Amino acid sequence: MKPAPFEYHLPSSLGDAVKLLDTLDDARILAGGQSLIPMMNLRVVTPSHLVDLGQLSELCGINETASSLRIGAMTTQRQLERSELVRTCCPLLAAAVEHVGHQQTRNRGTIGGSLCHLDPGAELPVAAAALDAKLKVVGINGPRALRFEEFPDGYLTTSLDPGEILTEIEVRKAFPHEGHAFIEFNQRNADFAVVSVAILVTVVDERIGQIRIAVGGVSYAPIRLIEAEAALAGNSADDQTVDTAEEIASAVPCQGDEVSPAEFRQHLCGVLVRRALKQAIERAKAA
Amino acid sequence: MPELYPIKVQVNDNIYERLVETRMHLADFLRHEINLTGTHIGCEHGVCGACTVLVDGASVRSCLMLAVQANGRSVTTVEGVAAADGKLDPVQSALSKHHGLQCGYCTPGIIMTILEMQRDGGGCRWTEVEVRKALSGNLCRCTGYQGIVDAALEVLTPAAVTNRKSMRT
Repeated sequence: MKPAPFEYHLPSSLGDAVKLLDTLDDARILAGGQSLIPMMNLRVVTPSHLVDLGQLSELCGINETASSLRIGAMTTQRQLERSELVRTCCPLLAAAVEHVGHQQTRNRGTIGGSLCHLDPGAELPVAAAALDAKLKVVGINGPRALRFEEFPDGYLTTSLDPGEILTEIEVRKAFPHEGHAFIEFNQRNADFAVVSVAILVTVVDERIGQIRIAVGGVSYAPIRLIEAEAALAGNSADDQTVDTAEEIASAVPCQGDEVSPAEFRQHLCGVLVRRALKQAIERAKAA
Repeated sequence: MPELYPIKVQVNDNIYERLVETRMHLADFLRHEINLTGTHIGCEHGVCGACTVLVDGASVRSCLMLAVQANGRSVTTVEGVAAADGKLDPVQSALSKHHGLQCGYCTPGIIMTILEMQRDGGGCRWTEVEVRKALSGNLCRCTGYQGIVDAALEVLTPAAVTNRKSMRT
C-alpha cells in the first residue's frame, strides 16, 4: 500500500464537489491522477481527503464557438489528441499534446489537471500561455473567469483558492495566415520538457503580424517573451528576424537545476525559439 | 482506521465485489485481492509501464489508478488475453516468435499496449518510428527492444517486417 490513508469522495455534481471542498480540511482534487497519484505513492503529498471529479461528465468534452474552443477541464489528453476539432481549429494545442507523457497516461490525464498541477516541464501550460487561454473556475462564492497569465502563482502553485475548481479552458481558434510550432528538448521521449517553446505567428505580405512566443522550463511557470514579440512584430518574415528572435531568447534569465543548469536552459531557449519560429513562419506562409 | 470503500469491478470475464482500502491502487487490487499476478509492478509511479492494463479498453497504468476509481468499470489484464483453451493471442505468439522477451517482467504491460495499438490503428500502416514511440512507455531491460518492435510490427503491419527482414539479408 503506497499512499498514506485518506478519505475518498465521489461527488455526482459540480455543486456537491464545491461544497465538499469548502467543508473538508486538507482536501485535494483528483482529476486524472497522473501527477497526484505518483506524488501520493511517493508520499510527497499526503492529503486527508480526495475529491474525485471523475463522475462530472459536464466537465468533459470540447465545444466549438465562432472564434474559440471551449474545453472541459476533465477532458483527457487522449481526447484532445484525437479530436479533429482541435487539430483543425487549434493546431498548436494538438502539437503540444503529442508531447504529453505516454498513451497510457494520456488516456487518464486531463487538460485541467495538467494546468492545475503546473509542472514547470509540462507542455499544456506553455500552449495555454501562447494561446492566452481563458479559464473558468467555480468556488463556493460562484464562478469567475481569469486569463492564463493570471493563473500561475509559484512553483506547482496556481492562483486558485483551495476550494476552487477549474471547469473550462477556452482557447481561440487559429487566425487566417497563422502558423504554429511546438518544440521541446527532453532527455527521453515523453519525459517532461527541459525547455519547450510554443509559437503562433501570422504572416501577411511576407511580414510578421501577430506573434506569441511562450517558453516553458526556464522559470516556475511558462513565460511569454513579450520583448521579443514586440521587437519582431512588423518585421519581414525572413532569416534575419529569426536571428533576432534567437538573440533575444538566448538572453532570457533562466532558473536551472543540477541536471540542466541555467546556462544550458538559456542556450536551449535560444535554439528552440529559432527552430520553432522558422517552422511557424513556414507554416504561416503555407496557410 | 483504514478507509474502506465497496467496489464492483469486472476483470476479464468475472465480476468481483470487494471492500477495499481507498488508498489501494488498481495494480495491488489485481494482485493481492483477486490474485491475478500477471500484472507486474515495477516503479509504482507511472514510469515503467509494467503494470499496464486496459480499463474500458484504454491502456492505463494500474499503479496510477486507485481501485476505487475502477468501480463499475471493466478491466482487462494479461490473464484475459489468451483464448479460454489456452491458445495464445497473435500478439503473444508474435512476441514469442521474435524473442520479444527474456525475463518477461515487462511483457504483460507490453502486450496490453500493443493490443490497444492494434485496436486503435487496425488497418493503418504503422512505421517502425511510430511503433517505437507508442512503446516508449514500456521499459524493457533485457531485449534491447528490437524483438518487441518486430513483434508489434508483425501484428500491426505484417508487410513491414517482411520488407525489413528482406532488406537485412
